[in-house]
Amino acid sequence: MIPIACAIAVAATCVAMLLSLYRLLRGPDVVDRILALDTLVINAIALVVIAGIVYATRMYFEVALLFAMVGFLSTVALCKYLLRGNIIE
Amino acid sequence: MAFWIELIIAALIVIGALFLFVGSLALARLPDTMRRLHGPTKATTLGIGAMLIASMLFFLAAKGNPSVAEILISLFLFLTAPVSAHFVSKAHMLRSSAVRAQLSPTGRAVDWATFEAEPKEAGPGGAKEAGSINEPERA
Repeated sequence: MIPIACAIAVAATCVAMLLSLYRLLRGPDVVDRILALDTLVINAIALVVIAGIVYATRMYFEVALLFAMVGFLSTVALCKYLLRGNIIE
Repeated sequence: MAFWIELIIAALIVIGALFLFVGSLALARLPDTMRRLHGPTKATTLGIGAMLIASMLFFLAAKGNPSVAEILISLFLFLTAPVSAHFVSKAHMLRSSAVRAQLSPTGRAVDWATFEAEPKEAGPGGAKEAGSINEPERA
């Protein structure tokens, strides 16, 4: 039952990544593109977690943690650049 | 592995994937940025949270010992999702003049924190102090 659930989850997450890729390419403002990048990173974390369940290994959790940190830092840095014109003042 | 544990794990995986899909659908379909911001934050907390609980239960049932890394990831995501949403909304407020027109007055001499460039009314030494609101204090 778990492999079927993982297949459904991979399909749904891939469709979600395509939808946020659409917003990333289309987005009328830069803020929409930043938000789409953030959502892409969240979906990538979900894919990594599903891969860890499918292959029954714990090796992927460091990958998910690093994805979470890099995604958060890039979102904050891009927004800070838009807000102040500078990242570290 | 017992049947009901497997059922719970599969249900949590599907629920998490559903929330991720709904969050990205909201990002793609909703009409303006403030409403688009609403969807992906739910995908972060509920979708990833349900998937990490499923993964924790899976490793507890398959290997016999629970892993702490999932708690670390979910704690980090739960702490950072409001911060990044706040930053995105502040950047949107700064860039959109339509949103800026909807803000209520602060009732003080200075504007909202994102926009406080110079004071509304200049004091006796107004010309000298005008640029100093935004700067850190220099003795």
